[in-house]
Amino acid sequence: MDTLRNNALWRAMFLFVALLLRVSIARGQAANTCLDCHGALDPPLQVTEQQFANDIHSQKGLTCASCHGGDPTRADMDAMSKTAGFRGKISRKDIPGLCGGCHSDGAFMRKYNPSLRTDQLSQYKTSVHGTLFAKGDTKVAVCVDCHGVHDLRPARDTQSKVNPLNVAQTCSRCHSNAEYMRTYGIPTDQFAKYGTSVHHEAMTARGDLSAPTCTTCHGNHGAAPPGVGTVQNVCSTCHVFQAEMYEKSSHKDAFKAAGLPGCVVCHSNHGVTQPTDAKLGTGPEGVCMQCHSPGDVCDQARAKMLVELSQLDQAIKNANQVLAVAESSGMEVSEARLGQDQARDSLVKARVTIHSFETKLVEQDIQAGLATVAKNLQAGKDALRERNYRRIGLGVAVLAILIVLLGLHLYIRQIEANAK
Amino acid sequence: MTFLSRARLWFDERFDWAGLVGPLKKKAVPVHKLSYWYFLGGITLFLFMIQVFTGILLLLYYRPGANEAFESVQYIMTRVQFGWLIRSIHSWAANLMILTAFLHMFSVVFLRAYRKPRELTWLSGMLLLFLAMGFGFSGYLLPWNTLAFFATKVGTEITGQVPVIGHSLMVFLRGGEDVTGATLTRFFGFHVAVLPGLTILMVLVHLALVQYFGMSVPPGVEARWKAARGEVREMKFFPNFFLRELMAWYIALGVLGALAAILPWELGTKADPFAPAPAGIRPEWYFMFMFQTLKEIPAKVWRLDGEVIGILLFGVAGLLWTLLPFFDQVGQGRGRRFIMGVAIFAVSYMFAMTIYGYVAK
Repeated sequence: MDTLRNNALWRAMFLFVALLLRVSIARGQAANTCLDCHGALDPPLQVTEQQFANDIHSQKGLTCASCHGGDPTRADMDAMSKTAGFRGKISRKDIPGLCGGCHSDGAFMRKYNPSLRTDQLSQYKTSVHGTLFAKGDTKVAVCVDCHGVHDLRPARDTQSKVNPLNVAQTCSRCHSNAEYMRTYGIPTDQFAKYGTSVHHEAMTARGDLSAPTCTTCHGNHGAAPPGVGTVQNVCSTCHVFQAEMYEKSSHKDAFKAAGLPGCVVCHSNHGVTQPTDAKLGTGPEGVCMQCHSPGDVCDQARAKMLVELSQLDQAIKNANQVLAVAESSGMEVSEARLGQDQARDSLVKARVTIHSFETKLVEQDIQAGLATVAKNLQAGKDALRERNYRRIGLGVAVLAILIVLLGLHLYIRQIEANAK
Repeated sequence: MTFLSRARLWFDERFDWAGLVGPLKKKAVPVHKLSYWYFLGGITLFLFMIQVFTGILLLLYYRPGANEAFESVQYIMTRVQFGWLIRSIHSWAANLMILTAFLHMFSVVFLRAYRKPRELTWLSGMLLLFLAMGFGFSGYLLPWNTLAFFATKVGTEITGQVPVIGHSLMVFLRGGEDVTGATLTRFFGFHVAVLPGLTILMVLVHLALVQYFGMSVPPGVEARWKAARGEVREMKFFPNFFLRELMAWYIALGVLGALAAILPWELGTKADPFAPAPAGIRPEWYFMFMFQTLKEIPAKVWRLDGEVIGILLFGVAGLLWTLLPFFDQVGQGRGRRFIMGVAIFAVSYMFAMTIYGYVAK
């Protein structure tokens, strides 16, 4: 019994000394004592040391007090006293201003990251989020909704909510929530559609971080839907040549007059899929006949361009087949293979030129491609002819060798018979 | 008097023609059921002659240099009249030559043709085999394609693991710290000047020794002949055996032609020193058993580097194998039995490891 009591006494003394040491060490390092309590609290008051260690602000030397005020060097509740300047939980309406307090201050931000922009707050004020926020709607996104809080990571961190790989998921937290978005009267299927898009595939399957995500087209801090008349400006930031062709096309003015949103008319927006030549067709994927009438001059142009594209595509496939047979026969056709890349480039170029809706321009690209592919096909055929020539040559050579062997055999027999 | 007779007389007056060809006329080849193995040395020599001939023709168009080598081989394969044939025969004959050299070596071991007094014949043959492998290693890089580039990188890296002199040896082979255009020109120099010179010299020594000692008769056959009161079956080298050898050469030529026409040696893609190493880098098949063994040895064996141990083991094994005839007379037939055991193990090991090297991922 005495032993047990002694053990309990020793343990209590040890814990006390440990606590004293912890406090003295913490004071010596001007440590953040907020985490001593908030690490042990339950959410939403919980902020663990692990979370805060990942936070970019913490890594740059800022503490809880930088946003919440108070004196984190004090170990007791005095740390959160009004006299210590404690502000408590930041109200949603104060968040943009609080973040902007530092992030809009060029001189201050230069000390931490000279290349970081300082126009986030002013951009935010122009965004749909910002304008509604200014009208008192606190449901709309503020800084922490997208960037997180207490474990706020830089965008380059793959675990950051605003890393290109996670942006769509972050936006969808509100924009896919039909109940939350009900009062705004906008669709909530953007994220689901984006998941089926070629842009999403490029981002996730191919790991192309430059592929578009929500913010690429809508902006981030200044997020707003692109206007009907300026959609092509958004798409053209990447699809430069298509936009250039479209700018010169008759569709530009026609779409503008009809109030149609440029590229989106044929390609859709969030769910944009890999376009195929079938878009020029009259099947379910075809888009031209949604506006044009059968037999009109545009329908004829559409049909002509479709035939030409199919012609070049098929020619490339045929040449590929011949070259593959030649290659599998061991023939050297790498030059023609390289030529096939040029032919494919012509096909891609023709598909881009489609956006001019000028049959003559498309035909130029198609003809260039067909000329290249004809040369490659000829090289493949020549290689096969050469292969057959070699095999005939081999047959003749083998026959000659067999005759010599027979002659030698007979000669040996003769001289050995004579010797006997 | 015909032109030939006059020419013969002209030589006779100056060089004693009859005295020169006399020994060749007397030269005889033993005839027994294992006589076929005698053809392998001759076929190897024939393939070497093919190599010299096709190599000279390739030299007319080949340009050593990182920026030109691949393109020049591509040019030979596609534009030069019969260039594809010459290059394919050169590549196929190289591989067949190594194969027949190996078969010749093992036939010599199993027929115990290396035994006294032919130790130096064996030694010169082994040196020729090493030279042939040197030809293969240096020639592999010359088309400057991806597979050859990275295989050479790995191969020279292994050389760098040799204790004490390894690094210097690697730098000497590469012409610097890395495999570059300097390595290519260096390998080209070895391939077309240094190695042919040494090989021709060694071939002459080997042939002179074969000529001096005559063909070895397997001990079992020799014993049977002795038992039959010295009855020795032989055929004249000229023309009987030579004509048969000629038939073997013609068959080899037919096989080479067929391989070149049906399976032209592929060129691959041009080497890009800055590209990551592709999967499936492997050396030529005759280095595969060593390459696979080095891959199988753990990185660390006790405190020693696994690769270094492997290289040392192969070095010692190669040296002992080269000195093999000198162990034949050790003990009362124990050395002979030991050599046979080692030879069977060596053939099985090389065969199994080569197959494993090709099927293992």
